[in-house]
Amino acid sequence: MSAALELSGVGKSFTMHLQGSVRLPVVSDVAFTVRPGECVVLAGPSGSGKSSILKMIFGSYRCDAGRILVRQADTVTDVARAEPRAVIALRRRVLGYVTQFLRAVPRVAAIDIVADPLVSGGEARDSARRRAIKMLRRLNIPAPLWDLPPATFSGGEQQRVNIARGFLADLPILLLDEPTASLDAANRAAVVDLITERKRRGTAIVAIVHDADVRDAVADTVVDVRRFAAAA
Amino acid sequence: MTGADAEQPLLIAEGLSKSYGRLLGCRNVSFSLYEGEVMAVVGESGSGKTTLLQLLSAQLAAGAGRVLYRMRDGVTRDLAALTEAERRFLFRTDWGYVHQDAAQGLRMAVSGGANVGERLMATGWRHYGRIRHSAATWLDRVEIDCSRIDDTPQTYSGGMRQRLQIARNLVTNPRLVFMDEPTGGLDVSVQARLLDLLRGLVTDLGLSAVVVTHDLAVARLLSHRIMVMKGGEVIETGLTDQVLDDPHESYTQLLVSSILPT
Repeated sequence: MSAALELSGVGKSFTMHLQGSVRLPVVSDVAFTVRPGECVVLAGPSGSGKSSILKMIFGSYRCDAGRILVRQADTVTDVARAEPRAVIALRRRVLGYVTQFLRAVPRVAAIDIVADPLVSGGEARDSARRRAIKMLRRLNIPAPLWDLPPATFSGGEQQRVNIARGFLADLPILLLDEPTASLDAANRAAVVDLITERKRRGTAIVAIVHDADVRDAVADTVVDVRRFAAAA
Repeated sequence: MTGADAEQPLLIAEGLSKSYGRLLGCRNVSFSLYEGEVMAVVGESGSGKTTLLQLLSAQLAAGAGRVLYRMRDGVTRDLAALTEAERRFLFRTDWGYVHQDAAQGLRMAVSGGANVGERLMATGWRHYGRIRHSAATWLDRVEIDCSRIDDTPQTYSGGMRQRLQIARNLVTNPRLVFMDEPTGGLDVSVQARLLDLLRGLVTDLGLSAVVVTHDLAVARLLSHRIMVMKGGEVIETGLTDQVLDDPHESYTQLLVSSILPT
């Protein structure tokens, strides 16, 4: 089966203009592929560029070099070169991204934060909210919190709201940045279930997971990013 | 919106320049805005943001370059070549313009309801009951209590005035809205409410918008794309999160690093 996601020759560095234009190399020559239904786990010590790679795939970071090909049906988009609106379209239909940090929007209730990607994908608000509730239940968010804005939630609750949001939209490629960090055992298991379920449905997943048990449970392939270390 | 139309930009700026005598307003600005896209124009005071907004909305004649707009019939036209009637149609119906100072965008001496109804009357609505009903619906949508419909905006708070201005602009179903510092001058809790309201409306209505702001948090919440201006020129563009999370230009890095931590 052809790859859903294919990186080749991807390189990235930061130039910090405010710190005397110091150039920080991040990664170079990143290359790996992800097939539908496959979970690739990026491994390596912190600071080795794992999150940067995910952000480049999602388009939040720009690449200095290389290609990031996203295949969907019979179209291929190179995120490294795509116009903003092509990337926005990909995020709506293809690329999902879950981090441990919720970017809370003032005044928006947890349930609407979770349902939002479905609504902007064209689903009616009522049915999107019903599906959001199911997902909030699975992640053990207590019902009294659903209608509240998550700004006042605990860190773990905010994280789970974010996971609910990321997994609800049924996108064919999912990028996970430490989805289980700081979750308790029950919630970690719930996330592992979600990942396994999505793999079975053919979702291509790239994940950063430090927890060895979670990694063993979900990874099909482990890519050590130290081999992409950029020369300083 | 048909598939073919969605592939065509709604608004195109080509090499727009404007100077005021020896003072530069903006230089050589080009971009395309598509339906449903919200673009933020950021930069500090004096960077040419408002000049650009006035050029785009045909309130100011460009020194060089042109602005093209796809009319409702699907034909893309040069704004400078429109007839007076066509231009009026854009101002009254197909465009909205949200001023920083709500008093500039409202008629302060007539009631809140009339401020909204007036835009409908300008597009040919005549039935009083229907106009009032539509005005009431819009006041509700922007969270203004209907008991205030007959009061003038002079009696409204700053946040209410700004929400009334938004209702007045959106009642005619515009496809494109220009916003000049829509949350400027409001206190923080009022800003949050307004931003949330704007976000919802933009998504629900599928609006395109050009939002001028010096507040990067506003850009982050409202926009898909960002254009950074400095000294009248565009120095960096890209997806909102790209520009804010991975700024390349020195000036953009300075702007981003100047945000106070929340």
